[in-house]
Amino acid sequence: MKHIVTIGGGIAGIEASDVLAEMGYKVTLVEKEKSLGGNVSKWSYLFPNMRPIGEIEDYMKSKYDSNRFTVIKNTEVNQIKRKKDKLEVSAGDELKLIADSVIVATGFEVFDAKRKEEYGYKIYDNVITSVDLENMLKNGKNITTPTGKIPKKIAFIHCVGSRDEKSGNHYCSKLCCVTSVKQAIEMNEILPDAEIYCLYIDLRMYGLEFEELYLKAQKQHNIQFIRGKLSEAAENMDKTILIKAEDTLSGYPIKMNVDLVVLLVGMESGKNTQQIGKCANLSFNSNRFLQPVDPHLARNNSSQAGIFLAGTCSSPMSVKETLDNARSAAVEVHKYLMNSDH
Amino acid sequence: MSNKFGFDISPSRTIDFDKFDNQILQYVLQHESSFMTCMSCGGCTATCSAGNLIDFNIRKMSLGLRRGKPESLAAEIDKCMLCGKCILVCPRGINIRNVVMLIKKALVKFNPKNDERNN
Repeated sequence: MKHIVTIGGGIAGIEASDVLAEMGYKVTLVEKEKSLGGNVSKWSYLFPNMRPIGEIEDYMKSKYDSNRFTVIKNTEVNQIKRKKDKLEVSAGDELKLIADSVIVATGFEVFDAKRKEEYGYKIYDNVITSVDLENMLKNGKNITTPTGKIPKKIAFIHCVGSRDEKSGNHYCSKLCCVTSVKQAIEMNEILPDAEIYCLYIDLRMYGLEFEELYLKAQKQHNIQFIRGKLSEAAENMDKTILIKAEDTLSGYPIKMNVDLVVLLVGMESGKNTQQIGKCANLSFNSNRFLQPVDPHLARNNSSQAGIFLAGTCSSPMSVKETLDNARSAAVEVHKYLMNSDH
Repeated sequence: MSNKFGFDISPSRTIDFDKFDNQILQYVLQHESSFMTCMSCGGCTATCSAGNLIDFNIRKMSLGLRRGKPESLAAEIDKCMLCGKCILVCPRGINIRNVVMLIKKALVKFNPKNDERNN
């Protein structure tokens, strides 16, 4: 029986492994952490329909609880070597797995907002990231600032670490705009009296229902959108934050004092993706994500035969896109194994 | 201009792309090609030392140059104090101070018609 090793137990790795297991392949999933689920477990509700993340987690749990594929946790893959027709995957201290095909599903890491020092993350108490806010929302509807105040004025800052030469990231992380609109709506629902602003460069509502969410934010939630990039933030004596931008549509510099600043951090290619890509000699694109051999026609094929890409190791993706991409990776693996002689 | 009838016609506000005065723009781009990558985020203007005190918007001035409207350049460019804070925040990594210096040089080099100075 053909054997597939999946590296990474986030939603991409689980979905791809399960599809292949259902097709009748033997699949082993290797996860470095002590539990499966990956980054998704950091979110609270999903755009555009505010679906609780628990539903996605339950779906994933039903997949790996089915025992259709083997899961090895707490184990990091450190080498992939070609041995004749096979791929030898070394993991942990002495685990060696012989595979006919490998799926890389190492996912992404969130941009470290400390790198944008002028925004004051971890310097000023009341500057948080979108991931911090997801965590607050996950833990209930009592939203207070880190200094213990119910916020009356909140600013969401788009493009933190994205589209930014200074952060070394030229690409648009594409999911932050809609995440900001989603979180702004959630804040308005919890704190109807709070003034909420979104500071953006361009609003990229690329998904089918994203523009409707933006419209809803304007119509029903009184969210104010200002076209301008935050230049700098400063802390006042009372721990409120002074932010400065240009309102580029009116052409005036603006300043405002807010109780809470939320930085919309983008997705970056993580350490694991770098490490796996280098050890298996996979091609990277200029943004450090893994490069498929063809951006339209072979999105799951890495530059090495038999090694396939699933999910956000190749680009930023939403949950929906990640699952689609993982299923298509499974089909590509199946096609490869059907057509290979070994 | 003769004004026999006691009234005049206002000049059109339309930016005419068929009569694009791009002499200064081409000079700037030749020496600082990154200038074309501006996405008008306004970070430069927000942090601008001069712009926070007086009516000076370096983003709008630069956009005017890219749109072939260099008329007010000469009056505007002298408001820049060359402090360079805009370079620190620019997400496209444009050397804005060099752009300003190149515009100053180009103004001398090409000496374009300038309404403010001629009037």
